[in-house]
Amino acid sequence: MRIWSVDRLISPVVAAFILVFGLLAAPAWAQTTTANDPAQQAVSEQQLLDEFGKIKGRITIPDQKAATLQQPQGRDYQSFQRSTLPWVGAIAIIGMLLAIALFFFIRGRVRTQAGESGQKILRFNAFERLMHWTTATAFIVLAITGLNLIFGRRLLLPLIGPEAFSTWSSWGKYAHHFVSWVFMLGILVMLVVWVWHNLPDRYDANWIKSAGGLLDKSNRTHPPAGRFNTGQKLVFWSVVLGGGLLSVSGIYMLFPFAFTDVSGMQTAQYVHAIIGVLMVAVIIAHIYIGTLGMEGAYEAMGSGSVDLNWAREHHSAWVDKQQAKGKIDGRPPSHAAAEPAE
Amino acid sequence: MARMKFLCDAERCIECNACVTACKNENDVPWGINRRRVVTINDGKPGERSVSMACMHCTDAPCAAVCPVDCFYTTEDAVVLHSKDLCIGCGYCFYACPFGAPQYPRTGNFGSRGKMDKCTFCSGGPDTDSTEVEYDKYGANRLAEGKLPLCAEMCSTKSLLAGDGEIIAAIYKERVTQRGYGSGAWGWQTAYRETVGV
Repeated sequence: MRIWSVDRLISPVVAAFILVFGLLAAPAWAQTTTANDPAQQAVSEQQLLDEFGKIKGRITIPDQKAATLQQPQGRDYQSFQRSTLPWVGAIAIIGMLLAIALFFFIRGRVRTQAGESGQKILRFNAFERLMHWTTATAFIVLAITGLNLIFGRRLLLPLIGPEAFSTWSSWGKYAHHFVSWVFMLGILVMLVVWVWHNLPDRYDANWIKSAGGLLDKSNRTHPPAGRFNTGQKLVFWSVVLGGGLLSVSGIYMLFPFAFTDVSGMQTAQYVHAIIGVLMVAVIIAHIYIGTLGMEGAYEAMGSGSVDLNWAREHHSAWVDKQQAKGKIDGRPPSHAAAEPAE
Repeated sequence: MARMKFLCDAERCIECNACVTACKNENDVPWGINRRRVVTINDGKPGERSVSMACMHCTDAPCAAVCPVDCFYTTEDAVVLHSKDLCIGCGYCFYACPFGAPQYPRTGNFGSRGKMDKCTFCSGGPDTDSTEVEYDKYGANRLAEGKLPLCAEMCSTKSLLAGDGEIIAAIYKERVTQRGYGSGAWGWQTAYRETVGV
């Protein structure tokens, strides 16, 4: 009985209630749906860029680089290539050339004060010279083909036309890729062979204090130095560290996307290009002081042997050591020529 | 002259990938290269959106600016094209491109990764219009025939729009006004330094 009556009673009541409530609620519910903007939860481009810097998603093709939908950092790379890099490069290289020209006209050549003694001593053996010139030749090829990518379009292309410039740049690219391995090997061997002579020693502080005698027009200041003076050590470490950075960033670029994504490739290129132009500037200075800038310096890397007087003036501590080892014939060590009164 | 642009309405893209297939077929795109692709963001989560992306034919195009051999040029329709005869395959344009458009037939930098390939807005390259040489290197030249890029032309939901920037922006604006929402013209700020204001 009870069940019957409840059944009978509840159904219509519930039905009516649902109907009435439904009719009343329907417009409100419909309105909520419209107000529930389907784009509300949607990802927004600006929000993604603000949060992650770039936009990545899922793709159905194997090339995972394509999963990056947008990387506005490409615009930064654009301005780096278009203005930052050429400016840094031009200032570093032209600045160095001007500084050297100024130095040459004011200071002149660094002369061997005591003149030539006629006695030669071995400074760099055949292996060291081979190592130096192999690396040097590789560096020059790399520098020219590298600078071509920065300045060629502006300077050379208008002169030789797009077809010739493209052919030349294409060969330049191949040369850069293959010669790079010679350079990397050279840097490694140089590090192993010369690192012991390029560690800081007790002569460095004094050498720096007197600027290596570079600023003394009378050629009389000759701070004592070991096999390499502080200036040469600086060149050595710029070459080893700069060359090391160039090698690492270069390997990233030789195997694109093997070790990194597009941002990493941009960073590798930033590092490679900036270090590259700075290295060119450093090497220009190195070439100057090793040839035109200093009398008797070229022989060291040319024939391998230098004049004893030259060695006494520029590397007195090294000469003393060689003499102690019995590698120099006759004559006792003379400090008079090597060390000026201090 | 028109200023050609692409616009992908993310509210309409259903990730069917027909644009990708159409592009590959129409242009005989080399194996491994996708001139157009569909990227799905927040896949499987609420608010997931898919965007079809190719070269956006940027204003002041980054690829053209960084090319060491200056092989890019912009047509009268503001389409960014390049010469495969001049390209040396250095890869800089890929680093510069905000949209990952330039691609190369081979991956290694050793020897060569080949000549860069990218979306041409279905308008060929520097060779004579509608010739076999042009087709082999760059694919179809539909613009020369008075047609728009096939990807957009055959988009089933009309999510992907191609054509004069002002016209497609107007179409998109009208849509957004009518339906009351829209996540904007993806990539426009980066590519054209402007958005479609609704």
